[in-house]
Amino acid sequence: MTAILDILEQDSHATPDRIAALTGLPEDVVRQQINEWEKSGVICRYKTVIDWERAGYEPVHAFIDVSVAPERGSGFDEVAARISRFPEVRSVFLISGGHDLRVIVRGADMKQVANFVSERLATLERVTGTQTHFLLKRYKEDGDVFFEVEADHRLMVTP
Amino acid sequence: MKPLNSIVVETPPSGIRRFFDVASRMQNVVSLGVGEPDFATPWRIRESAIYALERGYTTYTSNAGLISLRKAIVQNIEERYGVSYSPETECIVTVGVSEGVDIAVRALLNPGDEVIYHEPSYVSYDPTIRFAGGAAIAVPTTAADGFRVSAAALEAAVTPRTKALFLSSPCNPTGAVQQRSDLEQIVDVAVRHDLYLIVDEVYDRLTYHGVHTCMASIPAARPRTILLNGFSKAYAMTGWRLGYVCAPPEITEQMLKIHQYTMLCAPHVAQYAAIEALQNGELDVRAMVTDYDRRRRFFVRGLEAMGLRCHAPDGAFYAFPSIASTGMTAEAFADELLQEERVAVVPGTAFGAGGEGHVRCSYATSLAQLDEALRRIRRFLERRGCLPVGQDGRPMEVQA
Repeated sequence: MTAILDILEQDSHATPDRIAALTGLPEDVVRQQINEWEKSGVICRYKTVIDWERAGYEPVHAFIDVSVAPERGSGFDEVAARISRFPEVRSVFLISGGHDLRVIVRGADMKQVANFVSERLATLERVTGTQTHFLLKRYKEDGDVFFEVEADHRLMVTP
Repeated sequence: MKPLNSIVVETPPSGIRRFFDVASRMQNVVSLGVGEPDFATPWRIRESAIYALERGYTTYTSNAGLISLRKAIVQNIEERYGVSYSPETECIVTVGVSEGVDIAVRALLNPGDEVIYHEPSYVSYDPTIRFAGGAAIAVPTTAADGFRVSAAALEAAVTPRTKALFLSSPCNPTGAVQQRSDLEQIVDVAVRHDLYLIVDEVYDRLTYHGVHTCMASIPAARPRTILLNGFSKAYAMTGWRLGYVCAPPEITEQMLKIHQYTMLCAPHVAQYAAIEALQNGELDVRAMVTDYDRRRRFFVRGLEAMGLRCHAPDGAFYAFPSIASTGMTAEAFADELLQEERVAVVPGTAFGAGGEGHVRCSYATSLAQLDEALRRIRRFLERRGCLPVGQDGRPMEVQA
């Protein structure tokens, strides 16, 4: 059954009929299983991977490492949830190492991201420090490669 | 000028060559004619080869190959099939399985000795046996038996001149996988007539239904088996030209002489890469097998829906459908399909006369290409009125 998820993760357009052909499972079983997963939240939603730069847009991304003074009772959760609510924040992770949270922010330009960090993030209560790393070039993200893929060098017909 | 070697002169060039020449001059061809993985070699393996080059591993190795690689090979066979070989005296690293086939038959055969093999099968067995001065005796396998070879059929071909039985499982082009019980009966035949067993198991990791049985894991077979395998298919390393032979020391001792005088050793860098493949490539193999298996189901179903009967290929990455529904010869089907729809398949006859009525389609290509190939084949069949007809009298829709 994880084969269904595996196929959908690669291609959210894969129809139950196609998934059935690929896995050998009956089509109605596939359809029913997908419905169940959609209801139970195993399948959260269907996304599209977009190379925005190729599309002519250049949004600015930054990785911001945040130091937090944890709260008694809730630890980092409350601050993390608070940061997560900003729409410009794409991801928030609790991490080990020199900082506590790693936040990924997207903005239209550098100024917008810088403003967000200095005015919103750094000023939050319990945030004791930030370190901002601007993304310069994307090579691979979530398993998708953003540079020229290798050509097929095979001959047309071989034994 | 004096005539050239008559055995070589009389050997026709590979039937695949002609299709290659035609197809490679065309544009927009969807090729199902490729007998190798569509994956590039997994990056971790390539990266170790780069590292080996940087460190200057560009010299000869010992004739039999790096001992660290031979140790890794025999350990892998032991873990997978429970057969143990000595890395020092029972294992030779070869330049692909093709070299393994060559030195095996050259070490075994005296002029006129016969080797029985099954057909359709890989293109090189028959000529390699004949180049070694032997006689290649083909035993046909059929779609009705899932292209598996029976002990009885092999035994019926045994003569006093028979020296060895040559088997390949999983089989290129049919995808047939021999069952353990079949192999045990074949071993009985070999024992009864005192024959060597040469087995090409290069597709051993690519099985989708049941498990592969290593011939040497049958105890009576071990002392008379020359086990041939390599890295091309499992690790998508065709261009590295790396295979290996495992056999009893009295056989490898003779094979090693031919290898050392003709090849000297397999490429050093490729041997380094192969160590990485064996030590850390398992997840890559599994991912590729999962992918092949999906395409296999998808493609076979697509062919069946067009009335091209296809026994389920349990191994390798080929479908070998019957084209009986078209009334065409394999050669004509492949020719016209290429000319009219630009889809390259290989006529079954390229793999021996027993391949008539079938074509080999490699599904080691992207799903998008398989989709397109099925569309084009359907159009080709429709023009000839060869699609199965539904209850409404119209050609049935392709279930792909």
